[in-house]
Amino acid sequence: MKMQENNISANGFEQCIKCTVCTVYCPVVPVNPLYPGPKQAGPDGERLRLKKGVFFDESLKYCLNCKRCEVACPSGVRIGDIIQSARIKYSRHSPSLRDMILASTDLVGSTATIAAPIVNSVVRLKPVKAVMDGVMKIDKHRTFPEYASRTFESWYRKHARASQDGYRNHLSYFHGCYVNYNFPKLGIDFVKVMNALGYGVHLLGGEKCCGVALISNGMINSAKKNAAHNVGLFKESVENRKYPVVATSSTCTFTVRDEYPHLLGVDNSSVRDNIFLATRFIYGLIDEGKVKLVFRKDYGRKIAYHTPCHLEKLGWGIFSTSLMKMIPGVTFSMLDSNCCGIAGTYGFKKENYQVSQAIGKPLFDQICSIAPDVVVTDCETCKWQIEMSTPFKVMHPVSILAEALDLEATAAANR
Amino acid sequence: MKFDTIIIGGGLSGLVCGISLQKKGKRTLIISSGQSALHFSSGSFDFLDRMPDGTPVENPIEAVSKLPAGHPYSVIGRENVAAYAGNTKRFFEECGVTLSGDPDRNRFRITPAGVFKRTWMSIGDFALADSDREKIGERILIVNILGFLDFNTAFIAEGLENLGSQCRCTAVKIDELEHLRKNPSEMRATNIARVLDRQEVTDKFIAEVKAALKDEDTIVLPAVFGLKNKSVTDSIKSSLGDRKVVFIATMPPSVPGIRTQLQLRSVYEHSGGEYLIGDTVDKAVVSKNSVMSIGTVNFGDMSLEADSYVLASGSFFSKGLVALPDRIFEPVFGLDVDCPAERKDWYSTQLFDRQEYVSFGVRTDAGLHPFKSGEPVMNLYAAGSVLSGCNSLYEGCGAGVSIFSAMRVADLISNKEE
Ligand SMILES: Cc1cc2nc3c(=O)[nH]c(=O)nc-3n(C[C@H](O)[C@H](O)[C@H](O)COP(=O)(O)OP(=O)(O)OC[C@H]3O[C@@H](n4cnc5c(N)ncnc54)[C@H](O)[C@@H]3O)c2cc1C
Ligand code: SF4
Ligand code: SF4
Repeated sequence: MKMQENNISANGFEQCIKCTVCTVYCPVVPVNPLYPGPKQAGPDGERLRLKKGVFFDESLKYCLNCKRCEVACPSGVRIGDIIQSARIKYSRHSPSLRDMILASTDLVGSTATIAAPIVNSVVRLKPVKAVMDGVMKIDKHRTFPEYASRTFESWYRKHARASQDGYRNHLSYFHGCYVNYNFPKLGIDFVKVMNALGYGVHLLGGEKCCGVALISNGMINSAKKNAAHNVGLFKESVENRKYPVVATSSTCTFTVRDEYPHLLGVDNSSVRDNIFLATRFIYGLIDEGKVKLVFRKDYGRKIAYHTPCHLEKLGWGIFSTSLMKMIPGVTFSMLDSNCCGIAGTYGFKKENYQVSQAIGKPLFDQICSIAPDVVVTDCETCKWQIEMSTPFKVMHPVSILAEALDLEATAAANR
Repeated sequence: MKFDTIIIGGGLSGLVCGISLQKKGKRTLIISSGQSALHFSSGSFDFLDRMPDGTPVENPIEAVSKLPAGHPYSVIGRENVAAYAGNTKRFFEECGVTLSGDPDRNRFRITPAGVFKRTWMSIGDFALADSDREKIGERILIVNILGFLDFNTAFIAEGLENLGSQCRCTAVKIDELEHLRKNPSEMRATNIARVLDRQEVTDKFIAEVKAALKDEDTIVLPAVFGLKNKSVTDSIKSSLGDRKVVFIATMPPSVPGIRTQLQLRSVYEHSGGEYLIGDTVDKAVVSKNSVMSIGTVNFGDMSLEADSYVLASGSFFSKGLVALPDRIFEPVFGLDVDCPAERKDWYSTQLFDRQEYVSFGVRTDAGLHPFKSGEPVMNLYAAGSVLSGCNSLYEGCGAGVSIFSAMRVADLISNKEE
């Protein structure tokens, strides 16, 4: 009996009671018959793989790593982790040039930013898309996220850095690749909002890509290196400077908090509780009565909120939705829990395009039937996917706050 | 974060309580670690199939007055139970879940093993029989899906033939399902249902059934239709129009049960309730007989507060109760649990005997307040299968206890505040 209690692996695979509930909630199962499903790919397959690695099945690559199965499992089996770890351990498939390009968000980002106007127009050209489709197997239907002509970091150095020490409180911002290379405006909005709340925003000093795309494309050694480097920076911030780490991307937040220890074996236990998603952090400050929000009176907008899969796994969607509901005059609709289908770089791959769109269809249909002024979500890849698949604009909750707050009055209230 | 009421557990009782409170204009939060017992239920709701002494029950409302004092129905009160039982059909109808059956009368369902078992109300798909001798048809075609083992047509045929029907069994092959058969353990009700949710696949199934049909007046099918897309179930009934179509529950997981869970959750959320799935309440501050705050794994050091709290965390299966080799406890608040001290008194070694551990749970006062160290916790209420005093498996009273105690708690909370 003691043996039963003590023989439980970290990922809990022996706890599986074979109930198949995970399969009910896996978005890939109904649209891709080639995918064996979470139970089979996860705990069932693991038993065989533990016997002999040859039982590894390359079709595990169809897993989105969305973790919906884990959220649903009544026995606490970390199914998604089991599947990804198996890919890490057994997959013989080496990443193609395409996978490496899609995965290297910071390297490709830094090159593309310099040449942004050219890159953006080039990747939009039909012949170029055809080459990407045919040779690189990046689906031609994809609109590539645009690269900004100046990075967030360079904006920050020029316009924000000098004033940040003047605030009462401080935090470190993990902006992630997307804010830096594709969408500096979100970072700028974050600085504006946090400054108004009395927080100086600091960079970590050389953050690397969180590594989510490296993990999903099988580039594990690079992912581990990034993770170790970033955890070093987090420790410096949290332990030495006493600045909590705050990120705007739900996927970056999830990756650095949970995938680092679970998949990459990089220990973050001393800093994990001090890594926050922006909306969780801001809500926490309000909840503890540490800050006050003063809203503009005329922000009447119809908002539909989509919870990204990794935010659902973090269990923090309620912070984003609660903040949106606080805004006076907002009509709020909660979109049904449904994966958008993009799953990072997954949906960019030609072989996944159809599946990716089929997964997201119920979400797109619901958005179209609500016809909101704006769709709100905390994830950058959900934003691309929804903007590509519906006619609606997608914004981050922090950008909504930046618009809805009376920033001057808020700053005065928090001085 | 602050709410009027926080409910721990989002199964049948947590959701019924949450929906009732939302209707009364309360701001509520449900926190639920995983999925609930509904995922594995038969698709029928039991009220009281037999008395604790084994006597079969015909009219459950009447029988309630003869139950012992510690039984949840006695705690809720006979009058209240009768009123809630009378309301149940309408409550679920308003949630989009059609039930068949009558409040004051037990009927019979057909189990996956082909025998008739007493129950109270059934989710729409299933027909209830008035007696356990009733013939559901003269000539019956029992149709399975090729390779699906959780629906045993031979057992069902035997059971129905014993009542005088003539049965013929067949299994149809659906190409879209063949990939599941590569691994027989994936041929499960839910996996099949996800594929059959596509109308074009169900249409193929219907065509196969029509082709197999001879002069049968009744068709028996496994309940694997309409997991997320309810309309496929209706399409079967309408396309096979002149024949009687009877769905029979499969072995778990339960497609109608999961559909009901999803539907109740959606109604709750659309009424403004917050539902946190995949999070576990792991901290509670109790002081002077009252809960001050609770905390969850995902919320970390941010606490959650409410005027009242409901414990609807289920029994052992859902980890509302936890058994270690030497003790049984309620993990969230450390409440007093009714159970014998000696492990040997917890269970019978005969698997099919009545198992005492099923009746263990938290003791409450007449206001459904559970006890901690002998004192009732006044802003905490318990509902559902976490309650002690009944053996839901032996008596057949699981859903009734969950629904009526949840409705009672919702009334107690809102009456207190008025
Ligand atoms: C396998 C099975 C089949 C059954 N079939 C039938 C049937 O066919 N008919 C019938 O009438 N009755 C049936 N029952 C009886 C069943 O118990 C009740 O009908 C009813 O569904 C119980 O509902 P509940 O809400 O009390 O508990 P549950 O449905 O068990 O829900 C409890 C919920 O609380 C959550 N939870 C527990 N601890 C925590 C925590 N610390 N933090 C957050 N969440 C927590 C769990 O994850 C779970 O979701 C069945 C029971 C089981 C176990
Ligand atoms: S939901 Fe969990 S327990 Fe059930 S089959 Fe999947 S992994 Fe196993
Ligand atoms: S992580 Fe997502 S895609 Fe992968 S098995 Fe789980 S539910 Fe399916």
